[in-house]
Amino acid sequence: MTVSQSDFRAALLDPKAQRPSGLSDGKGDNAGRRFDVYRNNVAVSLTEALETAFPVVAKLVGTQNFKTLAGAFLRAHPPASPLMMFYGSELPAFIAAFPPTREIGYLPDVARLELALRQSYHAADAQPINPAVLETTPTETLMASRVGLAPSLRLIRSPWPIHAIWRFNMVEGAAKPEMAAEDIAVLRMEFDPEPVLLGPGMADFVEALTNGRALGEAVESASLSPDFDLGRTLALLLAHECIISIGEMT
Amino acid sequence: MLDTTTQRFERLPDAPGVGYKPQHFQDIASDPGPVGWLEIHAENYMGSGGRPLAQLRHLAERFPFSVHGVGLSIGGEDRLDPEHLARLKHLVDWLKPASFSEHLAWSTHESAFLNDLLPLPYTEATLARVADHIDEVQDTLGRRMLLENPSSYLAFDESTMAETQFLQEVARKTGCGLLLDVNNVFVSATNLATDPVSYIDAFPLDLVGEIHLGGHDEDEDDHGAPLLIDSHGREVADPVWTLYEHTIRKAGPLPTLIEWDNNVPEWPALEAEAVRAARVLQSTPA
Repeated sequence: MTVSQSDFRAALLDPKAQRPSGLSDGKGDNAGRRFDVYRNNVAVSLTEALETAFPVVAKLVGTQNFKTLAGAFLRAHPPASPLMMFYGSELPAFIAAFPPTREIGYLPDVARLELALRQSYHAADAQPINPAVLETTPTETLMASRVGLAPSLRLIRSPWPIHAIWRFNMVEGAAKPEMAAEDIAVLRMEFDPEPVLLGPGMADFVEALTNGRALGEAVESASLSPDFDLGRTLALLLAHECIISIGEMT
Repeated sequence: MLDTTTQRFERLPDAPGVGYKPQHFQDIASDPGPVGWLEIHAENYMGSGGRPLAQLRHLAERFPFSVHGVGLSIGGEDRLDPEHLARLKHLVDWLKPASFSEHLAWSTHESAFLNDLLPLPYTEATLARVADHIDEVQDTLGRRMLLENPSSYLAFDESTMAETQFLQEVARKTGCGLLLDVNNVFVSATNLATDPVSYIDAFPLDLVGEIHLGGHDEDEDDHGAPLLIDSHGREVADPVWTLYEHTIRKAGPLPTLIEWDNNVPEWPALEAEAVRAARVLQSTPA
């Protein structure tokens, strides 16, 4: 009697499945619920990993509901790699389709924001430029240049007020969210990523730069929003040490 | 930046080490007490940058490191994940730790990582597979690794050899060393009703490069028999300390890690465990 790892795995992830036979307690009796130690380790450790990664989602749905969500998710999407720090990238889509959560329209975007914060935390380090470079470079040259952004920068665009929702759940005394579409940049100075609410056009601007467009083109794209403020946008990115290079287009 | 041309520390000292937790960074940097080296779980340091790697960079100037993998799935039926092995090589080439170790266990099957150390039967077939995987790891990393004995909650009917014999054979075939987890020995012996002292006495102690000590929880099986769970969430139990003393008397002083991965305490509680290990190590002539 051999126990294949396929049998073992199938019984691990399905608590209703029969436990594999061929396992004993070492004294001649069937292993019985000893197998459940492994079932429990897998479910509990993956649930805890998700709770750590998605604290605001957990707070919004409540601890017990989150455990139900996590239990269903980990069975549908066990980790694809041993890098638990990135586990849960399919959670936003799963939330959007999972019957108990699919009516909560803003929840997938909150999950996306929490994923972005983690990815940003572990992203590569980069040296910011000296802000004086912007002042000393002629405007024409500048507008034709490519602006490199920090690898830790993430952009989230949502039809929901997810910045306000995130703050309301994470920051003591933050204002109650009111209905609005919000764009957020996750910006990381040194080591701690922070979700920053973006003003009009800023997300278009950042998106254009991320796609490798020249500064002038990014400004053009952002200026479709009449209230886009280039000075304020650059000041924000510089203050958060997110501009890492200014160079010629290749 | 780390000096990447030389290995700073050639080996782990015969002193207590601790499983490194970021919340202890300040304590360890300012006064590590008897702690002479640090161990990290490889998978927690496979990001591209940020605080985790910056802390390592800082601590590696001062402490020998042990990189302990929890995700290679050396006992798996599938081939080793080449991407994961490449990530591991990247980390080890960068950090140049004094030691690398992994588990006699599997955790990945059909592309799903199950985040637990799962058991395998001890047969000629699994022996050949484990040895092949260890050859691949050692060839890729260009260094000798240590293989750790598991904690067992059940036994496989199909097993044809004892765990100590299995480990010895793996080491003989591959040239790898062994990591002896004394808590795992105690947990397995209790769970499978065998004698932990006989296990230690049958263990090839000359191949041991590192010892692990950790806490366990107590449960029971369907028949009310004790079932110990290797939880790493509390102090090392007294009978495990006694077994450790027996081990050190036989083997001489060895690098000894205190593992405390869940309900991680404030630094003084962890340091107290290291102090206790240091006392055992010092009572034994080298």
